[in-house]
Amino acid sequence: MSVLVVVECADGEVKKSSLEVASYGAQVAAQLGTTATAIAVGEANETNLAKLGEQGISKVLYDAEPRLKDFVNNAYTKLIATAAEQEQAKIIVLANSNIGAAVGSRLSVRLKASLATNVVELPKISGDQFTVKRGAFSGKAFSDVVLSGDRKIIAVKKNSTEAQHEAGKTAEVTSFSAQLSDADFADAPKQVIMQDQAGGVLLPEAERVVSGGRGMKGPENWGLIEDLAKALGAATACSKPVSDVDWRPHHEHVGQTGITVSPNLYIACGISGAIQHLAGVNSSKVIVVINKDPEAPFFKAADYGIVGDVFDVLPKLTAAVKALN
Amino acid sequence: MKFLVCISNVPDTTTKITFTPDNKEFNKAGVQFVINPWDEYALTRAIELKEAAGSGTVTVLNVGQADTEPNIRKALAIGADDAIRVDAAPTDAYFVAEQIAAIAKEGAYDVILMGKESIDYNGFQVHGMVGEMLGIPTVAPAMKLDLSGNTATLEREIEGGKEIVTVNTPFVASCQQPMCEPRIPNMRGIMTARTKPLKVVPAVGEPARTTVAEYALPPKKQGVKLIDAENAGELIKLLRNEAKVI
Repeated sequence: MSVLVVVECADGEVKKSSLEVASYGAQVAAQLGTTATAIAVGEANETNLAKLGEQGISKVLYDAEPRLKDFVNNAYTKLIATAAEQEQAKIIVLANSNIGAAVGSRLSVRLKASLATNVVELPKISGDQFTVKRGAFSGKAFSDVVLSGDRKIIAVKKNSTEAQHEAGKTAEVTSFSAQLSDADFADAPKQVIMQDQAGGVLLPEAERVVSGGRGMKGPENWGLIEDLAKALGAATACSKPVSDVDWRPHHEHVGQTGITVSPNLYIACGISGAIQHLAGVNSSKVIVVINKDPEAPFFKAADYGIVGDVFDVLPKLTAAVKALN
Repeated sequence: MKFLVCISNVPDTTTKITFTPDNKEFNKAGVQFVINPWDEYALTRAIELKEAAGSGTVTVLNVGQADTEPNIRKALAIGADDAIRVDAAPTDAYFVAEQIAAIAKEGAYDVILMGKESIDYNGFQVHGMVGEMLGIPTVAPAMKLDLSGNTATLEREIEGGKEIVTVNTPFVASCQQPMCEPRIPNMRGIMTARTKPLKVVPAVGEPARTTVAEYALPPKKQGVKLIDAENAGELIKLLRNEAKVI
C-alpha cells in the first residue's frame, strides 16, 4: 500500500503544479505511515525526476516510450492504472489540470475509486473516515467531501498548497513499462499547437497575473499590461468582453466560462468586476484593482485598490517594480 | 447522427451562495436556476451540427428532480428534439455518470456532449467517467468540434496550447468556448417545446461514492486598502513588504 503521485512534465521540467502534487502526496503518505511513489508523464528528464526527492518522493516510475510525450488519454490512463496496481496504491494524487481531470475521471471508474477534484487542503483522516476540502460554486464556497471505498483519487487545485522543499534529497528513478500497444495510442493528438507565452509565463500555472479589461480601450494599449507583467514575472490575462471582441486570444480569458486562476497576486486593470469575472479569480490570494470608477464592484473583492486612470497608473507601477529590482 | 446532450440545472451565476442551517446542503430558497452555462455550448453545437447535416436528432438528458423541468423545456425551446429526465437527485459525479452511460448505451447515441464542468460543484469528472463506463474515447475540454461522416475533429485545450484530435463515433466531449455562440430560445421554439416529448425514467446503478459532510463560505475579505493614484508606486512597496507577494 502506498501513495501514487502523477507528475506532469513538459520540456524535461516537472510542472510547478506537479511539484505541489508531489509534495501533497508525500505528506498524505506520511499521514498514513507509508511512502509516496511518482509516475511521470510527458517529456521528462531523469535528473529532474530524481529531484522530486526534495518534495518527499522516494521512487519515480518512468516509461521512456516516446509517444507518451504528448497527452494521450487512453495511454496515460493505462500507464497510471498499471502503476497503481503494481504499487498497490490506495491513494492517487494528481493535478486538477486538463490532463489530471481527463485521466483522473477515467481512472476512478477503471480502479473503482472515489474521486475528488479541485482539492485545496491536505485530507483529514480519522479512522476509516477520509475527508478532503474542495472548492465549489465557482470559488464562492468550499465543501468537505467524504471519500468512500478502498481507493481514492485526489486532484489538487493549482497554487492552493505549497510545495515542500528539502534540498539535496533525491528519489530513485526506475524505468517502468505498462506494455502499451498501438491501440492505446489510437486517440493520440494529430497535432499539438503551443501558444506563444507573453514573457514565457503560462497563465494557468502563474503565481502572478496582470489582467486587462475594456477599460484598456483597445488592443494597441496592451503594451502597458505586458510591461508590468514582464517586470513582475507575471502572466497576462483578460476579461471576457476583451476576448469576445478579439483584442486578446481566448486562452487569456479568465472568468466563469474561461480559465480559473488562483495566483498569489492578481492585478485587474480597467475591469469592472462582473460576477462572472470574479468567479474565475476569486481564489487569488491578493487582488489589486485599478479602475477610474470608484464604484466599480471589483473594489469590494479587492485587497488593494487604486482609483485612477490605468494609462497613468500602469507606467508608474512598472517603474516602481523596476526600481525595486 | 444521434446526439445526446447532458445538461445540469445550476444556480444562476449571480446567486449569493448560502447553505441550510446545518451547512449540509445548498439553500435553494429564492434561487433562480439556469442551464449550466458550459452545457449551453454543448447544446448549441449539437443543434448546429444536426442542422448542417440536415438529419439527426438531439436529445437532452438531465439527472434531476421535477424542479429541473423548466430548464429542460428551455433546452427543447433552443432546439433539442426530445428530452429524458432521470428522476433522481444528482448526488455525485459517479452517480450522474452511471445514469448517462446507461441511457447512452440504451439509445445507441453517437455523440455525447456536455459542458466542461458545472458551475455549482465544479467537478469536471462526468465526461471521463461516462467514456470509461462505455469504453469510448473522451475529449475534454473541447474548444472546437466538427463532424465529417463518422469522424470528428476536435480542438482540445491543454495548458499552454491546444491539440487537434480526431475520433470516431461514438465518443464523449466536454465543451467550452469558443465552440459556438450559445443560442437563446425564440418564440416559435418556446411554443413547440411545450409539446416535444420529455420522458421521465428511474435511476439505475450504484449509489454515490462521495458525500458532502459540510459546506463553508470562504473567509471574508478585510476590505480594500486604497492607494492614491498620484503615489501609485506605494502599492508596489505594500505588495512586497505587507502582502509579501512580489
